[in-house]
This record gives sequence, structure tokens and C-alpha cells, in this order.
Amino acid sequence: MTNQTSPRSGLLQGTLDMLILRTLLYGPAHGHGIGKHIQRTTNDFLQMQHGSLYPALHRLEQQGLVSAKWETAPDRNREFKYYRLTEKGRKQLVVEESQWKQMAEAVARVMWPAVKES
Amino acid sequence: MKRWQIKKRDVDLERELRSDLELEEEEQRENGLTPREARYAALRAFGNLTLTREHTRAVWRWNRLENLIRDLRISVRKLFRSPGFSMMAVLVMALCIGAATSLFTVVRSVLLRPLPFRDPARLVMVFDHFRDPTMNAQGFNYNSVAPADYYDWRKQTRGFEDMAAWRYWQFNLTGEKGELPELVGARGGSWNLFPLLGVNAAIGRTFTESEDRPDGTAVMLSWSLFERRFGGDATVVGRQIHLDGKPYTVVGILPKWFTWPDAKVQLWVPYASGLPPDLLTHHDFHFTRVVARLRPDVSLASALSQIGTVQYQLHMQNLHAPVAEDVASKTLIEDLGQDVKKPLIILLCAVACMVLIGCLNVANLTVARSAARQKEIAIRSALGARRITLIRVQLMESLLISIAGGAAGVLLSFAATQWLVATWKDLPSAQHIHTDGVVLAFACALIVAAALLAGLLPAISSTSKSAIAALQASSRSAAGSQSRTVLRKTLLTVEIAATVVLLIAAGLLLKSFWRLRTTDIGCAIDNVLTIGYSLPAKKYDSSEKKNAFNEALLERVRALPGVRAAGLASFVPGTGAMEDDIFTVLEHPPIAAGAALPDALLRTADPGYFSALQIPLLKGRSFTTDDRAGHQKTIIISRLLAQQYFPGEDPLDKHLHIAAYGNADYEVVGVVADTLYQVGQPARPTMYFPVLNEQIDVGGLTLAVRTAIDPLALSLQIQKQIAALDPELPVSDVLTMQQIIAQSLSNASLSATLVLAFAVLSLVLASVGLYGVLSYLMTQRTGEIGIRIALGAQREQVLRLMLGDGLRPALYGLVLGLAASAAAVRLIESMLYGTRPLDPGIFAGVTATLLVVAALACLVPAWRASRIDPMQALRME
Repeated sequence: MTNQTSPRSGLLQGTLDMLILRTLLYGPAHGHGIGKHIQRTTNDFLQMQHGSLYPALHRLEQQGLVSAKWETAPDRNREFKYYRLTEKGRKQLVVEESQWKQMAEAVARVMWPAVKES
Repeated sequence: MKRWQIKKRDVDLERELRSDLELEEEEQRENGLTPREARYAALRAFGNLTLTREHTRAVWRWNRLENLIRDLRISVRKLFRSPGFSMMAVLVMALCIGAATSLFTVVRSVLLRPLPFRDPARLVMVFDHFRDPTMNAQGFNYNSVAPADYYDWRKQTRGFEDMAAWRYWQFNLTGEKGELPELVGARGGSWNLFPLLGVNAAIGRTFTESEDRPDGTAVMLSWSLFERRFGGDATVVGRQIHLDGKPYTVVGILPKWFTWPDAKVQLWVPYASGLPPDLLTHHDFHFTRVVARLRPDVSLASALSQIGTVQYQLHMQNLHAPVAEDVASKTLIEDLGQDVKKPLIILLCAVACMVLIGCLNVANLTVARSAARQKEIAIRSALGARRITLIRVQLMESLLISIAGGAAGVLLSFAATQWLVATWKDLPSAQHIHTDGVVLAFACALIVAAALLAGLLPAISSTSKSAIAALQASSRSAAGSQSRTVLRKTLLTVEIAATVVLLIAAGLLLKSFWRLRTTDIGCAIDNVLTIGYSLPAKKYDSSEKKNAFNEALLERVRALPGVRAAGLASFVPGTGAMEDDIFTVLEHPPIAAGAALPDALLRTADPGYFSALQIPLLKGRSFTTDDRAGHQKTIIISRLLAQQYFPGEDPLDKHLHIAAYGNADYEVVGVVADTLYQVGQPARPTMYFPVLNEQIDVGGLTLAVRTAIDPLALSLQIQKQIAALDPELPVSDVLTMQQIIAQSLSNASLSATLVLAFAVLSLVLASVGLYGVLSYLMTQRTGEIGIRIALGAQREQVLRLMLGDGLRPALYGLVLGLAASAAAVRLIESMLYGTRPLDPGIFAGVTATLLVVAALACLVPAWRASRIDPMQALRME
């Protein structure tokens, strides 16, 4: 068995991890908050599948890119599992971001050559 | 990770999901939804929580093992829930894998594993090769080598590193301290034989070149004789022992593992030792086996062609003697295994058929069970189990069955191999047959293959539908399970086809065996006892002494109460071809140079032999007591010899010229009916010399006694008569004619019985399969049949419908099987006797048997279907 997440994630493999890391750059957040944030920021374009989100969080935790801690939420009187970016995660985000950028540019160059020339 | 850590992680995940879910719910409420709506909205947003949990867990590293353990647990639980099925499946697998492993053990030891000699790949046996095709049918294409041929090859060719020779021999081993005399199997091996094979003496040394002479008296003991007769006392090396009354010096003991060419060889003497010196110069006395070691830089073909050239020259120089034109080679394993190769391969094919049937049957039963579990599977996949998981669980089940069955089968194979080795007469290297790593690897591979075959097919088919389709299908009617029914019927068709092939092979082999059993061997076989003895040349050094002993013995035996008649001969019918020689007819024109020379089996007989064994005298007279040394040289020929070599003329008073025995002419005085030298082989021309004639001394003699009572009851009394005449003379092979025939047929009987056992087992498996399929079909169609009956279908119609459904795959299988058999019987053609490969009786019989069994297997579920109460059937849905 591979550690793949839901087959219908709709996101490119590895992209979700990057989005999560980027979201955590604003500060610690719990799983629900992260999902909501991504969904809201993309104007609901990326529907967050919880079936992919939690496995991704746990995978990142296992890789040491994020750390998790049970903390009381400021507005609710209950504990949530808060994830925060580690130093390693921060570096990873930079790497992934630049990779993604290269990739996007490369794709764009193929897809819209005319735009580039003009 | 420790178990409590897993637990903690699980609890942690649970808490995380719950708190986040509650948060979503709260947010929805704050958006103005009612608590109930908020709860549903939250649940919708979170989707399948179980699946999320599963997938998250999948991230954790040790997950794979956990999955395996979980699958294992589920499978074990499932298997224990239906113990009947599990036991049945394990038993089938155990039988199949056991039989296959056992046979493979034998095949590997006998046909595949190289002999334990130095660099065995370069060792070959070299034979004299006669080109005449009719002679080849009698085995002359791989003929024993004449001693002078061997010496010339060794001297004149350089293709082989070295060549060594050995010959058959036997000795009367007498003790110095009054131990019982004993007839021991022996070989004469040339001095370079053991160095060539790379075998050293365990104690002492092997032969030297100077000992390999006609007057050489060195002897090497086999380990078993050394332990048995000499108590493992190493001081026997250097001492003398008495063989045929002559002293021989023990020079060495062979290692325990050395049992080549067979375990019955008790001692070795030098090749030339004890042979008349002039015999070694002959190119036409064929009694030697030649082993050669190939040079590393020479190909076998070129080495052989060198010898072939030498041999062809020898042939051209001896055109009127049986000197071969060419040579041929075999590997040592081929030479040892030549008689068992074919039956072993056929048994292996039969067992492969049975394993296939066994696997298909387990697959079939699994499909039937997965039909019952259709809903379970549908629910599991609706709950998010992926197809691969479901297939894995099913595969795990069949793997468990195979492993359990395989383990039992390997245990079974230990016993089966032992039984096979004990039952199978003359299995070469029998003492080296044991289970080794390769056999175990074979068994493991078989287990995995069986698991895949038995598990993959049903697993893929039963999980192929989407969850919704499966749920719908199981809710109503048979349409949804169409594909599975087709699969089951296909499996069944293949199963039945394989069964038919096995049944036909078994039928043909059995019929051949029965034909062999009832063959008329040409002489009396009831109440006939035979006893072998061999008068040692040293003590009985003149023909008078021999004749005196033989005649005295006959007289004593004939006087015993209960004895009807007694006779003496070199070999009785049914004991093999043994000696043969060429002859010419004195009164006929000489044979053209290079043409095939007349050849006949050679026997001796005393005057009473033919009447004692009730071999009819067709012409002329039998021997009399006057046909002895110093008198006229006479001969009696068999009917076939008269027919082949005296067509249209009277053989009586003609003379056979036999170069080999005193270069003398023998007058034909009588013609007797043919006897078979071997059951299952066509009769060969035979010539009989008088036992009392000194010219012919073939060594051993066989006393044949026809009795009025149970012959074995007389055996002790007869042996006492021999002991009374010469207490030092050992006897050998005390057997009734019935036993001789049964022994020569024991291998035919064994392979026929084994193939039959496999075939019967397969038939049972196939009928169980048939029964299972139809029962399953019936359960599937209960509703449909209920409607049919409710709408007015007659019960007979339903019966016919169901019967037709079950019998159709049986019929397809039958046709397929008959067609396959027609091809497969070519493989066993050479093992058949008195039976054609396409024997219509066997084919018809198998067809009938299969149809009856299939009909019986189908009848029960079909009858049950026709008894369905429509109301109940419809309500059951």
C-alpha cells in the first residue's frame, strides 16, 4: 500500500502540502481553520476534502515540517490541535514555492507562447 | 512503534477530528442554521470520517504491517466461520501439493540432480550403436560394449580425458568361520574407473593397473557389505575373502554414499579379473559399460566421432560378427533413469492436472462463498474499502488455505515419497531420494501459484462491480450475477476437461495393465516355483561334476511328495532377455557382408524342462540324457526362429553354426512353442542348448518345479535338497512364476494405480464443483423459479431447466476433454500394451462415467429447485 491520499483530491500531488505550509506562514492554525482558509482564499475554487487534508497534515507532521500541539482557541473555550510551521517546514516551503514557480512558468510558456512574445 | 503509542495516536486523531467537526458545526450554527441542519452540514463537509481516519492512519509508517495483520485476522476469522469449506479446501490443497511435491522429489533425485561425482557434467556413457532400425527397436542402438572395442577406443582416440569400463558380475561369498554362503551382486570395474569418477576409497585404496588382469584377485567392498558382513571392522582391508571359492584380497572399502550404479552392488573386482584372457580380445561379446570423461576443450560430438571412426573400421574388419558400426552416448543420469523417465513424466503430468483441478475447485468454492458474501462486499466497498483491499483480503484467504494445505502437503509428501520409493521397484538412486532445499522451494512456489490461481480469479470477479451495482444486483434476480455465473461455468468446464483427460489416461493404463496381466507367457504359471543357484567354477571344475550335481538334484526334487515335475534352465520365461547371440544356418548360403546377422536369445534346458513348464513340443524331440558333453551337439529352437529363418522348410536335421560357443555346428532336433522373455514384449527367436552340454555354461541355473500343492510350501524342502548336496551353495530368487510376472509388472501396476487414484480424486472434485455451481445457481434463481412456478411452469420443466444449466458446462468440458485426450494419449502411447491410444471402449466408458456422475451431482440441486414453494420463494426476497 502506498501512502497516497484520496484519489479524487483534485489537486496536483504535493500541491496541497505546499498550500498548507503557506497557510501556516500566517501563524498556527488547526486543521479546520487551514481548510477553511484555503477554501475562502480561492473563492471556494478549491473545495477542501477532509479526506485529503488530515492525512496531509499528519504526513507533514511525520516529516517534521510542521509540529502539532493541543491549545485552547482564543475565541472558544476548548482545545484544538494547532499546527505550526517548523524551521524545516519554512525551508521546505521556499523550495517548493520556487519549484512550483518554475513549473508554472514552464507550463505557461508551452500553453501561451504568443502571450509571452507580445 | 509500540502498541500503546498506536493507541494514543488513534485517540489523538479521533479527538482532533471531533473537535474540528464540532467547530464546523458551531460555525454553521452561527451562520444561522438550526442545530439539526448545522450538524448535517458539518457532517457533509467532513465527508466519510471513517475513510479520513483510514487514510490518515495510512500515513503512519508501520501501517503496512498493521494492514497485513488486520487482513490476516479478518481472513482467519472468515475461514473459521465456515469450517466445512476451510477443511475441505485445505484437504484438497494438501492432497494436491503433497502428491506434486512427492513426485517432484523423486523426479529431481532420479532425473535432474547430477550424480555426486567430480564434475559430473563432463561424464557420459558410451555405447556400441547398431544402425539397423529393426534391431534398434530391441535396444541395440545403445548396446553394451565389447571389451576389445573399449580397449581400442581408449588406445586410439584422444577426445576423452579417459575412459573406464565396468561389467556385471556376481559371486558366491563364503565365510571362513562357517557363516552362511551368500550370492552377492558385484561389478568388475577397470582400474581407472574410480579415479575417473573422482571417487576415493573410504578405507584403503582403489585398484591399481597391475591388478586389472585376468588373474587379478583384488576386491573392494561396498560400505553396506563392509558393515553388514564384516561388522565395520577396518582390519578386513588387507585380509582375504573367498569369492566362488577363490581367495581375493580386500584392498579398500568404498564410501557409504557410493551406491552407483545401483544399491544392490555389494563388491567390486577389477574389470579383467576372472575373465578368460581371450575374451578381452573379442569385438563381438557385448557385456561392458563404458564411462568416459570429456576433455574440457573438446565437444562431445567431435569426441564421439573420433570413437565412431575407430568403431566403423572395426566393423568393416569383422563383417560376419556382431560388431557395431557406430557409437552413441547418454549422460549418466539418462542411463540410470531411462526406464523410469517416461512413467515419471506421465505421473508428473497427471499430478499437474490434479493440482489444476484442485485449485479450480477451491476457486469455485470461493466464488460460491463470495456469492453468499456479495452483500458483505457491497457494504464494505460502500463504506469505502477500496477494491485492492477487498482483493487482498480474498487473496489472503486463499493464501492461508494454500499455506495450511501446503504445509500439510509437504508433511504428507515425506510419507508419500517413502512409500513411492519402497513400492517402485528398481528406482535408480533410490537411496539418495530425499527432500532438499530445491524441493521445498518448489513446494513454496506451488503454494503461491495455487493461492493466486485459487484466489485471484474469484477475488477479481467478485469485486469487479461498483458498490451500487452490487447492492442492486443482490436485491433482485439473477441478472446482476451473470458474469460470475459465466466465470464459474468456465472454471467448471476446464475442471471437467482436465478430469476427462486424467480418466482416459488412467483407463488406458489400466486396460494395458490388465492386458499384461492376462498375457499368455507361453508356459505354466500356476503352482510353479523357481529357485536360482550358481555352481562355483572352482569346486565344479568339470562338466561331469556339474552334471552329477544337477542330475542328483533333479532326481531328489522329483521324488519329493507334491512335486509334479521339475526342470532346469538358464533362465525361465518372464525374467528378461539376458543372453543372445548370432548364428548362421549351415545349410543356407552365406549372408551378404554387412547385412543384419540372425540373432536369437540363448537358453539352456534339461530334458525335463519343457514338460515341467508345459511348453509344447511342436516338432521333433526334446533333449534326452544323452545330449550331454562328448555326445552329438544338439539344439532345440523356438517356433519363431523356425518361422523366421526356415520359412517353408523343415528345420529338423539342419544345423546352426554358432561362432561364439566353440565355433561348432548344432543339429536342430526339435521345435518348441514360443515363450515371452518379458511380459509386454513381443516374443523373440530363441535357441535352447542342453544343460548337460559342457560347451554352454552361462553361469547360473534356475530350477523350475511344478507342484500339486502351494509351491511356496515346498520351497524349504527343495532348498534342503540343495543344501544336502552342497551345504556351501547359496540359492537366490526363490519365486513362484506368478511372483515373477507380478514383479515384472509391478511398475506398470504402480503407474496405472497412481494415475487412477489421481483421476478418481479429480472426478470427485469435479462433481463437488458441479454440485456447488448448481446449488449456487439455484439459490440465485430462487425468486425467478418461484415466479415461473407461480405463472404455471411445471415442476418437470423446472427440473429440466436446472439440469440443463448444470449439464451444459459438463458437456462442454467433456467435449473439450475428449479432444485434449486425443492429443495427450500420444504421450503415453509407448506405455500402452494391447491397447490403442484412441481405444473407443475407454473413451465411451469415460464419457458414460462422467455423464452419470455429472447427472447425479446436478440432480440434487435441480430436484430441490423443482420443489420450490413459489410463495415462500417470493417472500424470501
